[in-house]
Amino acid sequence: MALAPERPRIYEGSRIPSPVPTMLQVPPDLRGSEDLLQVNFGPNHPSTHGVLRLIVDLHGEDVVGLNAVIGYLHTGFEKNMEAKTWWKAITYPERIDYLSFQNNELVFVLAIEKLLGLEVPEKATWMRMCLAELNRIHSHLVWLGTAALELGSISMFWYCFRERDSILDLYEMVCGARMHTRYFQAGGLAEDIPRGFFPDAREFVDWMPKAVDDYEGLVDKNEIWLERTKGIGLLSADDAIALGQSGPVLRGSGVDWDLRKSEPYLAYDQVDFSVPVYENGDVWDRYKVHMDEMRESTRIIAQCLDRLEGMEGQPWIADDRKVVLPPREELQTSMESLIHHFKIVTEGYRVPEGEIYVAVESARGELGCYVVSDGGPRPWRVKFRAPSFVALEATATCMTDALVADLIAIVGSLDTVMGEVDR
Amino acid sequence: MPALPAPGAGQVNEVWWISVIKALVIINLLMLTFAYMTWVERKVLARMQLRYGPNRAGPFGLLQPIADLVKLIRKESFFPASAVDILYIGAPVLSAFTALAVFSVIPFGPGWEVNGWTINGEVVNVPISLVLIFALSSLGIYGFIVGGWASDSKYALLGSMRTCAQMVSYEVSLTFAVLGVVIMGQSLSLVDIVHKQAETFWFFGPQFVGLLIFFIAGVAETNRPPFDLPEAETELVAGYHTEYSGMRFGLFQMGEYVNMITLSALAVTLFFGGWYGPYAPLGPLWFLLKLAVILFVFMWLRATLPRLRYDQLMRLGWKMLLPLATINAVVTAALVVAL
Repeated sequence: MALAPERPRIYEGSRIPSPVPTMLQVPPDLRGSEDLLQVNFGPNHPSTHGVLRLIVDLHGEDVVGLNAVIGYLHTGFEKNMEAKTWWKAITYPERIDYLSFQNNELVFVLAIEKLLGLEVPEKATWMRMCLAELNRIHSHLVWLGTAALELGSISMFWYCFRERDSILDLYEMVCGARMHTRYFQAGGLAEDIPRGFFPDAREFVDWMPKAVDDYEGLVDKNEIWLERTKGIGLLSADDAIALGQSGPVLRGSGVDWDLRKSEPYLAYDQVDFSVPVYENGDVWDRYKVHMDEMRESTRIIAQCLDRLEGMEGQPWIADDRKVVLPPREELQTSMESLIHHFKIVTEGYRVPEGEIYVAVESARGELGCYVVSDGGPRPWRVKFRAPSFVALEATATCMTDALVADLIAIVGSLDTVMGEVDR
Repeated sequence: MPALPAPGAGQVNEVWWISVIKALVIINLLMLTFAYMTWVERKVLARMQLRYGPNRAGPFGLLQPIADLVKLIRKESFFPASAVDILYIGAPVLSAFTALAVFSVIPFGPGWEVNGWTINGEVVNVPISLVLIFALSSLGIYGFIVGGWASDSKYALLGSMRTCAQMVSYEVSLTFAVLGVVIMGQSLSLVDIVHKQAETFWFFGPQFVGLLIFFIAGVAETNRPPFDLPEAETELVAGYHTEYSGMRFGLFQMGEYVNMITLSALAVTLFFGGWYGPYAPLGPLWFLLKLAVILFVFMWLRATLPRLRYDQLMRLGWKMLLPLATINAVVTAALVVAL
C-alpha cells in the first residue's frame, strides 16, 4: 500500500493558510504567566448560542487565547437520513439549522428533484421563494434580538420576536406547523396555498419595513451601540475568502457574493432586489447587512405575492405519480392511486443513481447539500455544507485585540447556529 | 408656606426613643419600597417590551415580591466548598447593611410637632451627612469585592474586579459632582441644603451639569444598565454574585436596589428641593413623587441602552466625567464668590 504523500504546508498559489487559524494562540511572552486566567465560556453560558464552548485565556480583560470546542449538539442528522426514505428524510434538514429551517428543507428538496429530473410547477417555485425569504427574515430577527440582548440592549429581543411571531403565524396558516414545516415536497408543495395567506402576508410586507426602521431607530444612533460594534471583530475580505466565509459575514467584509444573484436558483433571476455589501468587515457592518437584507427580503416577498395572487387554481405540485402522493380523494375511487400511495409511504420512491451538490443562500450563507444516491429508496450519503460551521472558524481571526465584551459581540455577529455546526 | 426652621435646628431637640421608632419605620418602609421596586421594575420593563410582567401572584401580580421572598428564603443557600467562609457569608450582609444605613441621613420631610414632641424629618441630622453617605457607600463596595473574591470562582472574581475598578472610578466623579451643590448650599448637611433650595431656587437649574454627572456616575455606582458590567450576565454569567443563591443573593440584590433608592433620594435632596414642592406643602409626598420619577428613569435606561465595554466605561469616568465635574465645581465656586 502506497503511503499518501506528505501534505505540503502551504498550497502553491492558494490563499488558504494551513493550518487554518481557527485557534487563537496565547502569545509566547505570556505563556505560563500567572496573570493569565483561563475561563470557560460555555457550553452552559448565557451568551453562547446554544452549546458552543469557548475556552478563553484572559489577560485582565483582554482575550489573548481562544479555543472553540464544538460537538455538544451533535445529533447525527446526516447519518440518520441514510436510514430514512427520501420522502421521510425531508424532515431532518429543517432541524439542522432550526432558525433557517425553510432554506435547509429547500436545499435538500432541490437536490432530490435534480436527481429525479423533476419539473416543478411555477406556483410552487414562487411560493418556495416567498417562504424562503420569510424564513430569512425570521432568522435575521432571531439573530438581531439575541445579538442585541448580548450587548445589553434587552428590549430589542421582544420587538424582534413580535415580528418573528407574525412570520410564524404565516407559516402556521400555510402548513399547520409554526417551525419545521415540511411544506416543500419533492415535486412542489405539500398543499395548496390557503387563501387567507395573501392578505396576512400583505399586511406583514407593509409592516416589516417600518419595524426595521424601528430597530434601527433604537440602536443606530446610540453612541454605546456604535462604540460596541464599530471597528470590532475586523475580518478583511481576503481573510474572509481564505476562511471560506459566505453570507452576511462575507458581505459584511466587502465581498459581493450572493448565490441568489451569482447562481440564481428558484426564480431569483426574475425578481428585483439588491445585495447589501459593506466594506469594513466589523460587527457593525455585519449588523447593517442583516438589517438591509431584511428590507430586501421584504421586497422579494412582495414580488412573490404579486405573482402568486395571479396563479390561483394552478397546480402546486408536479403530476408524477411515481414520486408525488396522489390526491387524498382519489384513494376512495382509484385502485392505482391507492397502490401508489401505499408504495410511496411504505417503501418510498426510488431516486436514480448519482450524486449531486446543490447550494442555496440560506440566512447565514452558502448552504450546500451533497447527496449520493445508489438508486434505492434511501439516500446513500447526505452531507451538508453548513455556513455556521464555516463562520465559527473565523472567530479566532476576528478576535485579535479583543476584550471580553468584544468576544461576546463578535461571536454574536458571526451568527452561528450550533445545531448546524454540530449537526 | 410655613416659616422655615433655622439651619441646624432639630439636631438636639428630639427624644431618643422617637428616633428609634422612626428608624424602625424607615427601615421597614425602605424594605417595602425595595420589594415593590422589583415589582414596578418588572412591570415597567414588561410594558416597554410588549409583555405583561408578573400577573399571577395576587391582583396585578402584587404579591410577587412576597412570593419571591418566600422562594429566596426557602431555597438552599448553596455554599461553594472552596469559598472563604466568613467573608463569603459576611459580604452580602455588609452590602445590605451599609445600603440601609445610608438612608438614615436622607431628609424626607420638614419635621413635625405632635403632642409637644418634636419629630424631625430624618432619622439623624448630622452636620456632615454628605460625607457620611459617601463614606458608607464606599464601605458597601467591600461587600461586592469581598463577596466575589471569597466565592472562589473565576466569573465572580472577574466580576468583583470590575466592580472594584468601576465603583472606585465613579465615586470620584460622584463626589466632585456634588461639590457644586455643597458650595451653593454652603453646608454639608442635607437638611441645610434643602432649606437653602427652598429659600433660593432648586439647584438642578444652576447645577445642571452637576446633576447630569451625578446621575450618570450614580447609575454607574449602583451597577445599573448601561453600566452593569460587574454583573454583565452575557459575559460573566452573574458577576460577583455568581456563586450566591437563596437569601444571600437576595441580600446582594437588596443592597443594590436600596443603593439605587438612596441615590435617587440623594438626587432629589440635592437638586430637586427635597420635600418641598412647587405648591401645597405635602412634605414626604412630594419627596416620594420626585423619587418615583427618578427611579423610573433608572428603569427606562435599563430597557433602552446597550451595555458599555470596560475600557469605554473607564474612559467615560476618568476622561469625561471627572474633568467636567472638576470644572463645574471650580466655576461654581468662582461664581458664588463673585456674585
